[in-house]
Amino acid sequence: MKILVCISHVPDTTSKINFTDGDTKFDTNGVQFVINPNDEFGLTRAMWFKEKQGATVDVVNVGGPETEPTLRKALAIGADNAIRVNAEATDGFFVAKQLAKVAQDGGYDLIIGGRESIDYNGGMVPGMLAGLLDANFINTCISLEIEGDTATAIREIDGGKETSTAKLPLVIGGQKGLVEESDLRIPNMRGIMMARKKPLTVVEPAEGDQYTTAVKFEKPAPKGEVTLVEPDNIDKLVDLLHNEAKVI
Amino acid sequence: MSVLVYTESEGGKFKKIAFEVASYAKEVANMLGTSVTAVSVHGGDSSELGKYGVDKVLEVKDDKLNTFNAKAYADVLKQAAEQEDAKVIVISSSANSKFMAPLLAIDLNAGYASNVVALPESAAPFKVKRTAFTNKAFNITELTTDVKILGLSKNAFGLKEADGAAAAEAFSPSLNDADFAVNVTSVDKATDKVSIADAEVVVSGGRGLKGPDNWNLIEDLAEVLGAATACSKPVSDMGWRPHSEHVGQTGKPVASNLYIAIGVSGAIQHLAGINASKVKVVINNDPEAPFFKAADYGIVGDAFEVVPQLIEKLKEFKANNA
Repeated sequence: MKILVCISHVPDTTSKINFTDGDTKFDTNGVQFVINPNDEFGLTRAMWFKEKQGATVDVVNVGGPETEPTLRKALAIGADNAIRVNAEATDGFFVAKQLAKVAQDGGYDLIIGGRESIDYNGGMVPGMLAGLLDANFINTCISLEIEGDTATAIREIDGGKETSTAKLPLVIGGQKGLVEESDLRIPNMRGIMMARKKPLTVVEPAEGDQYTTAVKFEKPAPKGEVTLVEPDNIDKLVDLLHNEAKVI
Repeated sequence: MSVLVYTESEGGKFKKIAFEVASYAKEVANMLGTSVTAVSVHGGDSSELGKYGVDKVLEVKDDKLNTFNAKAYADVLKQAAEQEDAKVIVISSSANSKFMAPLLAIDLNAGYASNVVALPESAAPFKVKRTAFTNKAFNITELTTDVKILGLSKNAFGLKEADGAAAAEAFSPSLNDADFAVNVTSVDKATDKVSIADAEVVVSGGRGLKGPDNWNLIEDLAEVLGAATACSKPVSDMGWRPHSEHVGQTGKPVASNLYIAIGVSGAIQHLAGINASKVKVVINNDPEAPFFKAADYGIVGDAFEVVPQLIEKLKEFKANNA
């Protein structure tokens, strides 16, 4: 089985979010970048397939040279090859188009993405990629098994879960649940050394339009002070929620 | 030309988000000087949509569509959009709509903006405001395609009553086997519990509750409020509660009217995920907990003393206001 894991290079969840260039660009100053958490769950599941069922695992990212450490980390975790499409990831459709080219060239059976990147939160790349490839697609995937050419997946729905089956090739939008948090791997020294020797191929972007443009960013208005209520005056809280906030 | 809106239903009744997206679609239609057409698959009473400004309802009844299937539903909406010559399609942020949207976008060569929180800033160029960085920021996105899909955030726009005729019309799209290539074999949904996605009120517990055995506090409070239960990331990582309850940046987003956090410190990734909630209440014995900076109301106190009292007081309140 040939697996492609799509990796977004995103600011760590603890990052302070600021913008620069007249609020048109994310301020990367002092920001630690990581593998998008939703993608990392998928990558770790891909490692499981590699070790238990036999598979090759390639990772791909659309981004500039600054994203290479993130791809190297994926290699250190155990991916076999990395591909970087040398273009700025500015629009979900554009990214999906680039990934579709890589996927077609590589002939993958299973393509794993994340349900969304935690920076732009577009939540569209895996689905668009499936649409472009005419492959099956399952989103918010929390469990994935492959038997021969058939996948059985569980997807999280509002208030429950749903099981479905689909033939490969399949694209999934993964998230936590594909593996447990405790299954995530911190690269060890051997992994890091080996990752330096693994191939990281840079390819130039294919032709592709943008469907959307991020014009500007804004930060939320600063929040007012909290209203504190004494622990022996719960009536006051009920009163505030009813008469002031009007939520009960 | 019209604005097309996908009005979701469950068990033959429209969901509240169906009226939210209809209200939003009506205002967009006013901006563009056009009408609103809803697509309703095994939906509720179409006349209800008229109250929120829907002019026409395409009613789809097909046994193949009894269970949601993203590709098939995308095909239904594509055919409806083509019939109505729709240039703007409004959907919700439900798990199903987010699943379907990118497939529909490819089918229609449409740009898609998810997590939209306000009316378009302008129609030409077409710009909308959406959340990004998991509610830590907003982003103005321009959609440059002829057809545009807008995914409206829950609870962002509210309900707006308007006059619409809601003329019902049968709509029978042609579906093919490929639409059902992903075969849904079972749906497991708790019918007795309100989901985090649909809940008006969410009660959430953190590490401060000391262990899974104490979750009756959260559940009892949730029951009085008709709320969904949720938890912080460490609680789900330690296996005290299922992943499906984990809210935050890597868990589920919450956009309820009221969010009550008990024994949750308020890590930045937790706050990001719940920030879209309207009113936030924190109960924590540590006055330095970051959650107090994000909350509207707070009690510095021991959850094991405060929460039972709160449950009693809310029961009294309910009895008096029934």
